[in-house]
Amino acid sequence: MSNGILVFIEHKGGVANKSSIEAIAAAQQLGSELQQPVSAVVLGADVSALAQEIAGYGVEKVICATNEKLADYTPDAYADGFEQVIKQTNPAFIFMTHTYQVRDFAPKLAARFGKGMISDCIRARVEGGKIGFTRRIFLGKLDADVISDGEAPVFATFQTGAYRPDQAAKGSGAPVETVAVEIGEVRMKPEAPFQEAKQAVDLTKADVIVAVGRGIKSKDNLGLAEKLAEALGGDIAASRPICDAEWLPIDRQIGSSGQTVAPKLYVALGISGAIQHLVGMKNSGTIVAINKDPEAPIFDIADYGIVGDLFEAVPVLTEEIKKIRGLL
Amino acid sequence: MKIVVMMKQVANKDAILRINKDATWIEESDLSFEVSESDGYALEESLRVREKLGGEVVVCSMGPQRVKSVIKDALARGADRAIHVVGDNLTHLSPFAAATVLADAIRDEKPDLVMTGLQSDDHGYGQTGVIMAELLGLPHATIVIELNAEADKLRVKRELESGWYQWYDMPLPALLTIQSGISQIRYATLKGIMAAKKKEIKEVTPSAEVVGRPSHQRIEKVYLPQKMKQTQLLGNGDAKAGAAELAQKLHTEARVF
Repeated sequence: MSNGILVFIEHKGGVANKSSIEAIAAAQQLGSELQQPVSAVVLGADVSALAQEIAGYGVEKVICATNEKLADYTPDAYADGFEQVIKQTNPAFIFMTHTYQVRDFAPKLAARFGKGMISDCIRARVEGGKIGFTRRIFLGKLDADVISDGEAPVFATFQTGAYRPDQAAKGSGAPVETVAVEIGEVRMKPEAPFQEAKQAVDLTKADVIVAVGRGIKSKDNLGLAEKLAEALGGDIAASRPICDAEWLPIDRQIGSSGQTVAPKLYVALGISGAIQHLVGMKNSGTIVAINKDPEAPIFDIADYGIVGDLFEAVPVLTEEIKKIRGLL
Repeated sequence: MKIVVMMKQVANKDAILRINKDATWIEESDLSFEVSESDGYALEESLRVREKLGGEVVVCSMGPQRVKSVIKDALARGADRAIHVVGDNLTHLSPFAAATVLADAIRDEKPDLVMTGLQSDDHGYGQTGVIMAELLGLPHATIVIELNAEADKLRVKRELESGWYQWYDMPLPALLTIQSGISQIRYATLKGIMAAKKKEIKEVTPSAEVVGRPSHQRIEKVYLPQKMKQTQLLGNGDAKAGAAELAQKLHTEARVF
């Protein structure tokens, strides 16, 4: 019978992705309630050092799946290697963090077991011996409680930040089991990851950020936000659609594919707050949202909100701030 | 080059969503719909590849008759023909069941390239394309932000996290999931809209066995997200009054300037 929670540890050149440690924390919490042991799996060509490091967490064992073809990440190799580990260990659950890499290979893996994943969960709880998962739907506007029915294994991924890495309990040193896995043909040929030309703007050091989203409507209206940023002594930034439209350069983009910031003050103008944006700014000190849609998810994390027309609010806000600062 | 592009119709981004009576989904009766954002970019890339290499673009969409508006719009922008997987109760298909139905619908087309958006704007599973690749036996790449197609191979730039990227070379046939913003989307021309009226839309019915299979994931309840913070809403509908109050509060309460 299938048993236990198997946690996938993502790494880059043998260095664990810290969001994978969040998945260990999730597995430990839910595993203790379900009385199911937690184990972890590392895939790679030579990742025994990483496996030893993970064995320091409170897990039953760490499986180190090795093959030369796992040296560079590809979805073909990872699906083959991981599939064998699942078949050998027969877990009830497979937990992963919903990173870009997991999104790339894990649906393929789950499909080999005749299912998809309960993906991008923001929390989970045990109810009547089952796990109830919660996911965000409609770009963050609604939550859905999801129950998994049917046979094991259940594949679930958690949103980055849903659990904290420091919640993962350390242990007394779990055994590492090294398994040589077989990998079939790998059809894609990856080149080394790279960063685009060095980012000209480092928003991570800004104390104040004024960010604009779709609600700004046109490039011609950016001046409004720039004046507010100037009055506050802050930097201007944007959500993805604004940078996609090239109204602002990509090095001003906040979110999962741009910069992650935590300024003292974050002012979101006409930003609805899709999760991809929120993960890049939710740890800001004070968050202000101005948006015409009262249901915009940005209001869920805002300290101050104005439901209304930003074209009315922002000029007044800029003037009032200037008055208070004695700039007028 | 035969390209199949998978496009999903979802609730309009600006629509006010109401939860249905059973609290299992949204009330769809008087909602406005549009194409899921990244699928629109998948269509644009498909048209660009066809313009470079020749061939045809077949658009495939699943859902009730209302999804014809997405199909007709794609045909007006330049897709050559369409496959409509018709069904009324397909919203709750699991990503695996949806991918199974969609893979069945396009398998006989033997496409050289399948493209779709990286995730839908409603369920947001982010899986259907990748599962289709597995079911069709195709290599895939996700979150593609640049694409160079040749007659027998592909070079794609994948977006990784935090501003990192990676190039992949891969053979054809293949499946790609496309990131929003990969290119500027064209508008339909009047000529395109007229031409679309003559283009073929083939209707197919999904396998009752697949649709009727018990799902391995089921939505129990849909609700408004719990707020993480208590937001002070200012102005009570008067944006200007709210702005003046906000300036004071940022100064005296939050002390951020």
